[in-house]
Amino acid sequence: MPGVIAEAGRSRLSSSFLRSLKAWLLVLPLLAFIGVTFIVPLGSMLTRSVHAPVVADALPETLALLRSWDAAGLPGEAVYAAAAREIRTARETRTLGQVATRINRLKSGLRGVLSRTARQLRSIGPRPGDHEPERAGQPPDDATPWRDTLLGIDDAWGEADTWLAIRRAGERFTARHYLNALDLTQSVDGGVVAQPPELRIYLPLLGRTLLVSLAITVLCLVLGYPVAYLIAQAPPKRANLLLLLVLVPFWTSLLVRTTSWIVLLQSQGVVNDLLVAAGLLGDEDRLAMIYNMTGTMVAMTHVLLPFMVLPLYSVMRTIPPHYMRAATSLGGTFFQAFRRVYWPQTLPGVGAGSLLVFILAIGYYITPALVGGRTGQLISNMIAYHMQQSLNWGLAAALGGLLLVCVVALYLVFDRLVGVDRMRLG
Amino acid sequence: MGRLLHVAFCAAVFVFLVAPILVIVPLSFNAEPYFTFTDGMLRLDADAWSLRWYEAVAGDGEWRRALVNSLVIGVSATVLATVLGVLAALGLASPAMPGRAVVMSVVISPMVTPVIVAAAGMFFFYSSIGLAQTHLGLILAHAALGTPFVVITVTATLAGFNHDLTRAAASLGAGPWYAFRSVQLPLVLPGIVSGALFAFATSFDEVVTVLFMGGVEQRTVPREMWAGVREQISPAILAVATFLIAFALLLMGLVQWLRGRGSGSEPAARDAATA
Repeated sequence: MPGVIAEAGRSRLSSSFLRSLKAWLLVLPLLAFIGVTFIVPLGSMLTRSVHAPVVADALPETLALLRSWDAAGLPGEAVYAAAAREIRTARETRTLGQVATRINRLKSGLRGVLSRTARQLRSIGPRPGDHEPERAGQPPDDATPWRDTLLGIDDAWGEADTWLAIRRAGERFTARHYLNALDLTQSVDGGVVAQPPELRIYLPLLGRTLLVSLAITVLCLVLGYPVAYLIAQAPPKRANLLLLLVLVPFWTSLLVRTTSWIVLLQSQGVVNDLLVAAGLLGDEDRLAMIYNMTGTMVAMTHVLLPFMVLPLYSVMRTIPPHYMRAATSLGGTFFQAFRRVYWPQTLPGVGAGSLLVFILAIGYYITPALVGGRTGQLISNMIAYHMQQSLNWGLAAALGGLLLVCVVALYLVFDRLVGVDRMRLG
Repeated sequence: MGRLLHVAFCAAVFVFLVAPILVIVPLSFNAEPYFTFTDGMLRLDADAWSLRWYEAVAGDGEWRRALVNSLVIGVSATVLATVLGVLAALGLASPAMPGRAVVMSVVISPMVTPVIVAAAGMFFFYSSIGLAQTHLGLILAHAALGTPFVVITVTATLAGFNHDLTRAAASLGAGPWYAFRSVQLPLVLPGIVSGALFAFATSFDEVVTVLFMGGVEQRTVPREMWAGVREQISPAILAVATFLIAFALLLMGLVQWLRGRGSGSEPAARDAATA
């Protein structure tokens, strides 16, 4: 009979294979969809944070020739000739502006030099000092007509730093945006140094974002824990009612909630009016509670509080009430019983809620943008600024990459502690 | 004493949670272009209250177009997210599913990634394939952001599903599709609809991808609200806000009701009820 057993085994094997194949086929469409609509875009952002093809595409020959330049003296005539030709072409194809902007970031002043050079090269024609191409012939070996021309247009072409800046800007892959995002800078000779303190923007902002998120998490925990406890202790009917009070803000549009806080907290707003009417404030010393960090903190705590209360409640609900009664009946005070019996059992909820609030807080954009004013901005707002105003997309992508790393790290912690498949929605 | 303090503290937190939202409602009936209660409103003077902001919004072509955009994008994204999400949840619920944890992480990722990062990436990629400033681009973006909600809700419902029922159906001669449609689907339908409502609410409230990728033609209601708060702040946005609050209460009510109906899969439904 062994053959029959083997046969049964094989068919069991293949049926389990079929079942997992079926499961995979069901999941596959969503994976493909998320891959194309979400993961690939994230990848394209990360690529953009290190990929800088503008200069490399515009000045290919110049850069190829510069690669063999020893950076000691000035580059050879061939480099000057290629640069002149490619700068002219870049002007004609309207890419010179972008090229100049990039190079200018490495050595300021070069934007003007490049556009001036392009303008004057147009009037010079394809060969300097020779307006009749058919008579051009071979120039003498030591003649440097292009170098002379460019030097005649601007002295900057006689500085090795200019060419170093072009060579650096021409690197197709660059860590520049990440260095920028970490307040580091690379001098033209390649050394990495920290920005002088007064120019440091992003690290302090990142630090502030983490600090504010931590403060909001603590605030949510302090406000949310007693509330979750109250709901968990209430009889079922009342618990459902109280839960609704937590769910109303959870479902209400974020923009509505943010608008509410503007209405309440602005200087001519409801809270200030109440304080003035109650005589607690003079009409001229109304409190500035919005368009600053206070506004950001208050509105974000409001927005994120349900994300703390709901996981806390779902854990507390599973703790049998007689544990606490037993602890107190054995002679413990309420606080002893709470600290040694109840609190440890709620830790999974505390962890889940805190991580969730913290993860959501560090990536928050809308609320700080609307109520944060100048001082209440977070790292997300800087990403939006570089996306929409300064149009420094590489830097925006690098800042996004850093934020993504922070969130992914926290997410992994969340997954280890809580498990994503145990995540529930209110 | 301690108990009283506890209740008072919680009452204060509940006021903090709900009052700011409620304040908007009466202010939207302000006859004056102010964001605060006028003396007349406090005296309950009939003249101090009016529907002028509602009329302003209803008569404004931009708001109407925004509502149409929101509905078109929201409904399309929801359908897409629900179909893909339900299929995936069925696969993930199968005990034979290998690599579930990894798949789950990928599927959940749009929910935990900061929207600003997602929107920036989508802007880069969608522009490069000509989908920026199109409705389709926003539908795909919102569907991606909505799928985790569908997967989580439906997986939770399926976790409580008793697989003996489908086996019983099969033993009585039902084919897999018939068994799914007539036994499993009715029992998990409340979970599916809840997930769809979550996905719709996500799209209906989403503004960052619209800011980055939408053109003038794709402005949605939240996008107009954003402009209203940032640029020309007028009580008309309080009227829209009141409408959105009513809408949110409706969605919430529906989900709560479905939860009660989902008691066929008791434990999961109770779990899902509590975040």
